[in-house]
Amino acid sequence: MKIILSVIAISLLVTGCATAAMQTDTGKMLVARLEEDFSSKGPATMERMLNQDEVQKLCSAYPLEMSDEQMETLQASQLKTVKYPADGNYLGEWKEGEKIAQNGRGMQSSDQVKGTNGGNCYACHQLAKEEISFGNIGPSLYRYGKLKGDGEAVVKYTWAKIYNSQAFTTCSNMPRFGHSEILTEKQIKDVMALLFDKNSPVNQ
Amino acid sequence: MAEPMRIRAKLNGDTVEVKVLIRHDMETGKRKDPSGKVIPPHFIKTLIAKCKEKTVLDTVMGISVSKDPFLSFKFKGGALGDKVTVTWVDNTDDTRTDEATIS
Amino acid sequence: MKLIASIFTALITMTPLQGVAGSSSTDEIAKYRQLLADGNPAELWEMRGEELWKKKLGPQSVSLEQCDLGKGSGVVKGAYVELPRYFKDVNKVMDLEQRLIHCRITLQKLTPEQAVAVPFGSTSNPSDIEALVAYITAASRGMKIAVSTTHPKEQAAYELGKRFFFYRAGAHDFACATCHSKDKQRIRLQELPNLLNRTDAQNTYSTWPAYRVSQGEVRSMQHRLSDCMRQQRFPEPRYASDTITALIMFMAKNAEGGIYDAPALKR
Repeated sequence: MKIILSVIAISLLVTGCATAAMQTDTGKMLVARLEEDFSSKGPATMERMLNQDEVQKLCSAYPLEMSDEQMETLQASQLKTVKYPADGNYLGEWKEGEKIAQNGRGMQSSDQVKGTNGGNCYACHQLAKEEISFGNIGPSLYRYGKLKGDGEAVVKYTWAKIYNSQAFTTCSNMPRFGHSEILTEKQIKDVMALLFDKNSPVNQ
Repeated sequence: MAEPMRIRAKLNGDTVEVKVLIRHDMETGKRKDPSGKVIPPHFIKTLIAKCKEKTVLDTVMGISVSKDPFLSFKFKGGALGDKVTVTWVDNTDDTRTDEATIS
Repeated sequence: MKLIASIFTALITMTPLQGVAGSSSTDEIAKYRQLLADGNPAELWEMRGEELWKKKLGPQSVSLEQCDLGKGSGVVKGAYVELPRYFKDVNKVMDLEQRLIHCRITLQKLTPEQAVAVPFGSTSNPSDIEALVAYITAASRGMKIAVSTTHPKEQAAYELGKRFFFYRAGAHDFACATCHSKDKQRIRLQELPNLLNRTDAQNTYSTWPAYRVSQGEVRSMQHRLSDCMRQQRFPEPRYASDTITALIMFMAKNAEGGIYDAPALKR
């Protein structure tokens, strides 16, 4: 590894890039290239790709190296973005929640601007037992409500997790459904019902 | 426009195994495009294979056969060096004939 | 066709799908692919591509037979497994499709619009580029993937591709790494290769381009990456852009030593 690094260092010196700033230079080159090579289409905008927010910037590093303190600070700032439902009702309709969990569309360059987005939960999670086509990137949510109960703390936690998963897991793979305006407040309530409603197929 | 088929004919003992790859849309006429318009049907109706003027396979295809069909069949009575010809006709009366030598 | 369809149905119904169904359905799909090994429609694209390579086009009626894909003028065999690579005549790293476009413009004197026309074919509108890609890639079948990163620009392309691989952005905060940097992940029931793992990278990179049954077309790596980016909620990449070439360089290098086996057959 060390040999390869010094070869890279030498070749970069030859091409004029300072080795110490290698990481930042590649980063700058990348953004410049992206600006030239991509164009906004539908809801997928250049603005959202070129302007990484704090989470995206920090989580693009490889390898990921953050101190505990840095992670806590980031999680705290993400938790602040969570908007809890104004009317105090956390649960909607689980039947609608299931539809949202099954729907993988929304925010793609092939989708409509301001269209209805899905949550695509089944892409990564197991939910209802009957649905055998589920991914494994996230933990199984089967029997979520049955196992966790519906006390205020767990309901609020679950809401915040869906709203902005980075509030609890730094550099989580899970999209920030509320904060990034992927799902509406009503849609998140419906997904909450899918998880907590005792009649939901998730809890059978 | 009809595109060429890829035909392979192999002699194993006394049996010739023929494999045919066909480039055809095989559109059923029941699908709609994104704007809601029906996509017109375009599919192979009949396919005939011959060896030495004798018909060795006589098929009726149709909308149940999917796009770019792959067809494989066997027959007896062919010898090394004989030609196998395959001809298809589709619902627009377009047709294509290709041949292969039994090896 | 009906006989094969019924074998497939029988295989599927015989497979017990319980809970985590990932690996058994993959095995059955692998069996299905073996059944169809002789019947890959991609061969028809390869045939058409060979004709197009030799076809005289443009205002001076020139074929592509003098095109240098990196191993010398007109050498097609083994060219793909060494791409992307640095080309002295343009002083940049190019992947296959960028180089093809270059030859169509400089050799055949096609206009840039003509050279990139219909990069991705559809039923009524076949793509010459996809056919040419099928022909050229088929000529590397059975050979070892061996891209060079010794030239500084090749190394830079690799580094850029790597940076992009980990670049989290867009509405969903997705990077390529979100799906492709861990072993044995899957979305729904579709297994995801870990492109940082040599074996996975080899198995993946060596099977593109492929005839995609779901599309009824031969699709190149450009198309697959473009589609990845759409699903990543990224804006649209320009066809044959340098970012895509850099990403292909990153993947090809990670797949080093793999035996190339395309055009293949995929869902």
